[in-house]
Amino acid sequence: MSRIATRFAQLKAEGRGALVTFLTGFDPDRATSLQILQGLPAAGADVIEIGVPFTDPMADGPSIQRAGQRGLKAGATVAGVLDLVLALRATEQDTPVVLMGYYNPILAHGVARFCADAAAAGVDGLIIVDVPPEEADEVEPHARAHGLDLIRLIAPTTDEARLPRVLGATTGFIYYVSITGITGTRSADYGSLAPSVAALKRHTDLPVAIGFGIRSPEQAAIAAGVADGAVVGTALVDTLAASLDAEGRATPRTVPAVLDQVRGLAQAIRAGRKQAA
Amino acid sequence: MSAPIHASGADAPATIGARPNSLRQGPDGRGRFGEFGGRFVAETLMPLILEVERAYEAAKTDAAFQAEWRRLLTHYVGRPSPLWFAERLTAHLRKAAPEGMGAKVYFKRDELNHTGAHKINAVLGQILLAKKMGKTRIIAETGAGQHGVATATACALMDLPCIVYMGATDVERQQPNVFRMKLLGAEVRPVTSGAATLKDAMNEGLRDWVANVHDTYYCIGTVAGPHPYPQMVRDFQSVIGEEAREQMLAAEGRLPDVLVAAVGGGSNAMGLFYPFLDDADVAMIGVEAAGKGLDTPEHAAALSRGRPGVLHGNRTYLLQDGDGQITEAHSISAGLDYPGVGPEHSWLHEIGRVQYVGATDDEALAAFQLCSRQEGIIPALEPAHALAHVMKLAPTLPQDRIVLMNLCGRGDKDIFTVARHLGEAI
Repeated sequence: MSRIATRFAQLKAEGRGALVTFLTGFDPDRATSLQILQGLPAAGADVIEIGVPFTDPMADGPSIQRAGQRGLKAGATVAGVLDLVLALRATEQDTPVVLMGYYNPILAHGVARFCADAAAAGVDGLIIVDVPPEEADEVEPHARAHGLDLIRLIAPTTDEARLPRVLGATTGFIYYVSITGITGTRSADYGSLAPSVAALKRHTDLPVAIGFGIRSPEQAAIAAGVADGAVVGTALVDTLAASLDAEGRATPRTVPAVLDQVRGLAQAIRAGRKQAA
Repeated sequence: MSAPIHASGADAPATIGARPNSLRQGPDGRGRFGEFGGRFVAETLMPLILEVERAYEAAKTDAAFQAEWRRLLTHYVGRPSPLWFAERLTAHLRKAAPEGMGAKVYFKRDELNHTGAHKINAVLGQILLAKKMGKTRIIAETGAGQHGVATATACALMDLPCIVYMGATDVERQQPNVFRMKLLGAEVRPVTSGAATLKDAMNEGLRDWVANVHDTYYCIGTVAGPHPYPQMVRDFQSVIGEEAREQMLAAEGRLPDVLVAAVGGGSNAMGLFYPFLDDADVAMIGVEAAGKGLDTPEHAAALSRGRPGVLHGNRTYLLQDGDGQITEAHSISAGLDYPGVGPEHSWLHEIGRVQYVGATDDEALAAFQLCSRQEGIIPALEPAHALAHVMKLAPTLPQDRIVLMNLCGRGDKDIFTVARHLGEAI
């Protein structure tokens, strides 16, 4: 079983949802980024999502756009982010790592080579934001050959007619986008989450993680309660950004500030447990 | 004139190396021209662009829709735009040409359109489509401001709220158009992310659309973006080439020998070229902005100096670094300052049907001034790039050859930029 499947199965047995954390690779520099990543499992992150910086992140809000710019300024490349994962794997074997990014840097690296290198570095899954199922044919064989899950976003706009096609192209887990919008710009409507997830679950046995509008421990606990996981990204990126100095460099507060917030989120999810199976 | 109908299905053609019988059948069912194009968008947008595609397919064969668009083109835009034999310019270029050389130069005068450029052709089609789809809010991106002005104009006419995303850098260098858009009732939102130019405005447009999918239509200004936009904008702009073809047959009794058009995203060029693609004797030249030179880092020549990648929903030639990060384009012309190009141009480039060349900022400035003095037409800086190439090309062709250039915009918006470059205060 893959790390992702193992992790979700294990949490299901524990009766709680996963905390999926998102941070951009190399934000604000490689060493700080690695230190945060290495601290995530102990702080309570169940799945680690790492953003691969891109100059034109069309699905991201201002916070993650700026994180990507900081990462690029710090020298982030596809190869560099893969190397970061390799360094993380030296100390962390069990926590799944998912890369989230845009297609062009992957194309530039070469799709086949990218999948091989990612798997070799210890990556478990990919979210390629701008590759919908309709365009995935040149990625799928390589991802499959290297045991990489292709995690797909399901949006509130994904209708019943389209759902089977998207689900059919998804492995690992489903990333349910709780808002129509870009990352970090709106708060999810928590009343509608449970029925939305229930509707999804009628079509799939894959775990469902909710993301895009989750900021607080309370929200994370609700999302992880109604689904199989909660993704928190922008809130962590904002904390990281707020800890930087005027020139955008890391300070002694940066690593603890992010990890403290992860601990708070993890505690809330663990305290919440699951109300319904 | 009948509406353009184009095949778009599994039978559509065009792989590199095996040229189809017709070059006018693309895109295929996946929205591809050869390997270029497609629908590389986030899942949130995917259902919406499929909806746009369905609506557009229906509109193509909807007689009432086509009639209304044609009515607007005739009575609101002022089409057909004239075909003008640039006699003084032709004579001027012959002076420096060898004996017997110096092709006849014609302009397709889309700068005479209402709002001053070709952009309005496709905007009216798209806004009619948006209304048909029941959308109540229009967004657009703009570089030079011509597409923004055209969209703001159509929205004023059709009583729709309009938001235009424009890079802060472009807001600065295209103040007259910013004010025009405001006068027309549009809200101009300066974009400060990235390089604050056209590509960043397009990113913001896509972000807005993702957040407002239910009521919003994104009116894209060029033959780029996810399918069906490259096809749809091309089809609407093809009115340029259809008219030019008839007008040239009437004027000269034959087709032109060479078509020349500026290429940023490439909508005016596609509009001129498309109806001639199957006329093997008609050569076509797309002129990219070479900025400070093709061999400097400061240009906007995606086809001449870029390589294929994926941006803004389509696979096409892009200016990018070795790691797939998009690099900044540079051109004196805000309308050409884009690191990509429409996917159909990428395909026409690869199969060799269209030749793509560059014209520098300085060459465009010289052409801008020459056109003003020789023809009494102040061109936009975008077609000034096309004219810069015509100035090189025409003297190398015999006098009985015909060069047809798309004069796709007027230069009112550019006089401040040009004055600054010429060191004059106005």
